[in-house]
Amino acid sequence: MDFSFTEEEEAFRKEVHDWIKKETPQRWFELDPLFWEETDESWAISREFQQKLGRKGWLAPAYPKQYGGSDMSHMKRLILAEELGYNKAPVGIEMEVAVNWVGPDLLLFGSEEQKQKYATGIAKGDLVICLGYSEPNAGSDLASLQTTAVQENDEFVINGNKIWTSYAHYADYCWLAARTDPNAPRKYDGISMFVVDMKTPGITIHPLINLMNRHSFNEVFFDNVRIPKENLVGKKNNGWYELMIALDSERSLIGTAATFQRLLEDLLEYAKERKCHKDPIIRQKLAEMAVEIEVSRMMCYRIAWMFSRDLHPSYESSMSMVFTSELLRRLADVGMDIAGPYGQLERDSKWAVLQGRIERLCLNCLSIGVGGGSNEIQRNIIAQRGLGLPRK
Amino acid sequence: MDIGLSEEQEILKTAARDFLTKECPKKLVKELDESDKGYSLELWRKMAELGWMGLVFPEEYDGGGGTFLDLVVLLDEMGYNILPGPFFSTIVLGGLPILKAGSEEQKRKFLPRIARGELILTMALTEPSASYDASSITVKASPRNGDYSINGTKLFVTDANVADYLLCVARTKETANPKTGITIFVVDAKNPGIKCTLLKTLARDKQNEVVFDNVSVPKESILGDVDQGWPVIQDTLEKAAVAKCAEMIGGAQATLEMAVNYAKERIQFNRPIGTFQAVQHYCANMVADVDGARYITYKAAWELNEGLPATKSVAIAKAWVGDAYQRVTILGHQIFGGIGFTMDHDMHLYYRRAKAGAMAFGNSNFHREIVARELGL
Repeated sequence: MDFSFTEEEEAFRKEVHDWIKKETPQRWFELDPLFWEETDESWAISREFQQKLGRKGWLAPAYPKQYGGSDMSHMKRLILAEELGYNKAPVGIEMEVAVNWVGPDLLLFGSEEQKQKYATGIAKGDLVICLGYSEPNAGSDLASLQTTAVQENDEFVINGNKIWTSYAHYADYCWLAARTDPNAPRKYDGISMFVVDMKTPGITIHPLINLMNRHSFNEVFFDNVRIPKENLVGKKNNGWYELMIALDSERSLIGTAATFQRLLEDLLEYAKERKCHKDPIIRQKLAEMAVEIEVSRMMCYRIAWMFSRDLHPSYESSMSMVFTSELLRRLADVGMDIAGPYGQLERDSKWAVLQGRIERLCLNCLSIGVGGGSNEIQRNIIAQRGLGLPRK
Repeated sequence: MDIGLSEEQEILKTAARDFLTKECPKKLVKELDESDKGYSLELWRKMAELGWMGLVFPEEYDGGGGTFLDLVVLLDEMGYNILPGPFFSTIVLGGLPILKAGSEEQKRKFLPRIARGELILTMALTEPSASYDASSITVKASPRNGDYSINGTKLFVTDANVADYLLCVARTKETANPKTGITIFVVDAKNPGIKCTLLKTLARDKQNEVVFDNVSVPKESILGDVDQGWPVIQDTLEKAAVAKCAEMIGGAQATLEMAVNYAKERIQFNRPIGTFQAVQHYCANMVADVDGARYITYKAAWELNEGLPATKSVAIAKAWVGDAYQRVTILGHQIFGGIGFTMDHDMHLYYRRAKAGAMAFGNSNFHREIVARELGL
């Protein structure tokens, strides 16, 4: 047993830390956008930052070098993710989606040309890809999706609509799951995966305004959208399988504990400023957050360690996601406990504290634990896949 | 980074699992829980033959030369099988402080005999104030004719009823700083001035009231330096807290496995109750608590083992694991339903130990306050 990092890994941590400090513009910290709080200005900063990350081979460090990655070890990837989180670097959900959900599928099932164009584009930070999974009637029951792709000669014709499509309005491509065989005996069997150019005629985007009062999600309508048949990824009607592999590959957000650590440090500072740090109840609550962040960190470390030993995590990632998402809600509560009435002020108020972060966190925290597989679905996975409890 | 067990530790774990499953069935656990002595001499001797008592002592004291991490692996299995008896007290509260602070003579006197299973030890630390702070040590040891005379009451002293020696933590000097003026004495438990009364407890662990009435002890029985005992106690308490966490993660693991197996077998509405989402989510919550508890315990144990500053990690582990074990056993009871509320069933054995374990060496509130201090609050 050894919980230490090697000297080389520690040196890498410092290198990443210094690099992020150098490359993140001060303006980013003034804007301080949480997830789902991006503006055009903050988006532009994060695009530029991610392209720089991409040029270092650090945006998609797990990818092979030939596709823009750096074949990085799991432990170094953990360190990289921690430093990005801890230092509040300009990266967000869009990076997680493209790099960890879409890219691995392209690398596993795509043609050489698709890998070169799309996976490498993701790794270099040149492409923004939105996720065309959820539909109004296919959320947790994703396999019930109704959007169709019908082959006509050298094209597929797509009809239907997707929802909760984050950053579709910024995206170059959509990573689309569509039904190619409506008559398949099982709903899982008739689905295929496509890359769709968002500039293709027939695509319309309707903004949805989220709880942060910002435009990050969309409803995307496909009306006779014609795409070349070469944009099919993997085998026709094999899409569900491909999609599940990608969801398995890494959905743990292994740097999250470090993000929370930084948040806790901000709260500790603020508690001292507000002189409530001697209050025994506040002390207990802050300590409990430190305890839970450590639990969360160990869950993340275990996943990285398992990958490094070629032990494939299955339920462990779901466990980590459930724990961290619920922890964020508790952190928001503790923030509110410390700040008292000041915690409810929006950031523009002259009385606002911590850039209105607590008010924003209280809203923002509702989204994780819902998106990307709700905590109920995650707990089903833990129980069924992890503990072998029967489905019926 | 390697957060797994070594090959030797895996072997130790498997051997302990096999041995305890065979030699310490739940029937025996219940008998010992109900008995006044609380352990089986036959089982004790067999454990000594396996080298468990001397596992963490250096070879020069007839030990196995193992590490604190090896002990954690063993305690995890003891917790899994909820082994009753004074192993924890003897090794963690007796042997380790002697190894750390004892003179060469004391080490030679006690450690080989502990390793052979000939001695039972425990630490008489807490008092009626029921606190683990230095200021709570009020039992007095006063110099008398070149020796010391100990007076006062120790409470919640586990296994004192069967102990051969007590490490009595006593105040030898009143100073402004409560952490100075504390001395540890290794006291023969058969000293006529010692009156030991067994307390009936929730977990049936053998906690005692120990009254010292003019107990005369020679100054050779002082462990470490006069008035300087507290750092040794602190070190012992940190190790004991993590060792207790190790026991608790074993117990939590066993509870999870029992409950999951039952959920797969128990049929209601013509289907196993484990198909119901409510029960599945209980189980998912249990495994998160079990796994979460395991790795923070390992981390604290590793830091102690490496001699790194571990105060924060220890407090984090103890604050979390005690609560986690309790949550796991409560959900276990919920899954077992009515049958779990019978003395015949095994579930309550774990629940009782979870309560006791959470309290031992400081409860979650106590340890969260330490965490708060470590955070600079």
